[in-house]
Amino acid sequence: MGNKAIFAENLTKYYGKARGIDRLNLTVEAGDFFGFIGPNGAGKSTTVRTLLGLIAPTSGQAQVLGLDIARDQKEILKRTGYLPSDTAFYHGMRVREVLKLSADLRRKDCRAAAADLCERLQLDTEKKVEDLSFGNRKKVGIVCALQHDPELLILDEPTGGLDPLMQHEFFCILQERNRKGTTVFLSSHVLSEIQRYCTRAAVIREGSIIACDSVEKLAQTGARRITLRGDLRREELPGVRDWTEQDGTVSFLYNGLPNDLIRILAGKDILELTVAEPDLEEIVLHFYEKGGEQA
Amino acid sequence: MTLLRHEFRQAWKSLLIWTLTIGAFIMICLFMYPEMKSQMDGISSIFSSMGAFTAAFGLDTLDFGTLKGFYGIECGNTLGIGGALFAALAGIGALAKEEKNGTAEFLLTHPMSRAEAVTAKLASVLLQVAALNITVWLIAMGSVAAIGEPVAWREFALLHLAFFLMQVELACICFGISAFLWKGGLGIGLGLALMMYFLGIVSKLTDSAEALKYLTPFGYADGADILSTGGINGTGLLVGLGLSILGIALAYWKYCRKDIR
Repeated sequence: MGNKAIFAENLTKYYGKARGIDRLNLTVEAGDFFGFIGPNGAGKSTTVRTLLGLIAPTSGQAQVLGLDIARDQKEILKRTGYLPSDTAFYHGMRVREVLKLSADLRRKDCRAAAADLCERLQLDTEKKVEDLSFGNRKKVGIVCALQHDPELLILDEPTGGLDPLMQHEFFCILQERNRKGTTVFLSSHVLSEIQRYCTRAAVIREGSIIACDSVEKLAQTGARRITLRGDLRREELPGVRDWTEQDGTVSFLYNGLPNDLIRILAGKDILELTVAEPDLEEIVLHFYEKGGEQA
Repeated sequence: MTLLRHEFRQAWKSLLIWTLTIGAFIMICLFMYPEMKSQMDGISSIFSSMGAFTAAFGLDTLDFGTLKGFYGIECGNTLGIGGALFAALAGIGALAKEEKNGTAEFLLTHPMSRAEAVTAKLASVLLQVAALNITVWLIAMGSVAAIGEPVAWREFALLHLAFFLMQVELACICFGISAFLWKGGLGIGLGLALMMYFLGIVSKLTDSAEALKYLTPFGYADGADILSTGGINGTGLLVGLGLSILGIALAYWKYCRKDIR
């Protein structure tokens, strides 16, 4: 258990009759840069909030940093940094006061780390929190999550509101931390950032994990994105998905043997042909469409 | 300790406004007393012949023409209602405000147990109620001394103690309710305080409703009763203590297992 940052077994949370998560199984190794992908309402936030003890699971169990989420919540929180998807702070407080409050609640002097992070994220600490834009409020949340140098970072939709430059800086900071051994758990529906930064990822759909692997492997399905210009009808190609047709150009995902495709295309009048690996986004959409079967 | 300090810092402006308003009102009334006293002879007899209302406001046992009577009734109404409203609002907001303002996720993902959060917040509420009462007490006694009237220290202290305990009770009950809320309960707090106040009045209006005076803290925090008997009603106080403990226990029980929205 010692080298697992997050371990959930049949973790279930129902809000009355409404499903939050349902028998969710998840393992995140220590040191991972882990992506947690899913659409709104799939149960991402419920998972995170259950792991942090904000809500109690209906059934199942989970450990964070080898500690039981029900019994050792305080110790877990001590060693974890959390960035909620919607960050709200106390009205009337200045940014530096919020950062100090967060550090004081952790009984830690984080001034040096806070100053460094504020400078890198270009955050004005004299401003009152209610005067901040959504993106700047997010930055306050980021500093609060990072300034005490936690072993595990749990980030729920972290980049909303951040401009591209800030997003880049933010991910640079995360990568530095990750190289120093911090486990990063990034919940997001922005697939490009997961594909770019994460080493492993899990896909959540309707409250359960439907795929969990290295990002490389997840993206590496047998399927290829075929785009061609020419005379071809859908009926002639069995088992293709995501067929689109525009101005004589057709595009589809093909999952069969290359030879079969070549044989069919050889008898056709094809003017252009590209074969590409689908990106993670297409694969994840494919997971959702297929209802959870592994590709 | 950090959370307690933070809570108090968040609350001090509202505390200051309530304290100064109540204190100033009592002070103004007391400064008007010497002039009123000379015109009081006629008024007292009018006040004491208003039937049920005379009893409702304690004018049958207290003489409005004496400082004790005047203070018991006037202070009873000002500090009674004002303090009760403040205590109820402080209690009802303590736990619920975090979820209402969306700060619960920030606060409760810091390393502290729910019980520790409840303790700090409860301490802050009680500290606020104590601060309000001590300050108002100092302002009131200073004013009494300033108008050159003899001060009935023991009776006045007892009266203020009763008001303090009444506010503690209301704060604790509201604190317990607060643990169940996630939207803020301003209306519930105000409603509860006013309902208790009117129950107190009703209990004095008719004998058949007398049992009510043990239910509401306004039953034992009653100027007329305390100043005429020289003591606080023990039964009412015991019921109040029970309700206070119940409120606190409920708060711990609920908040330690609450799903934070």
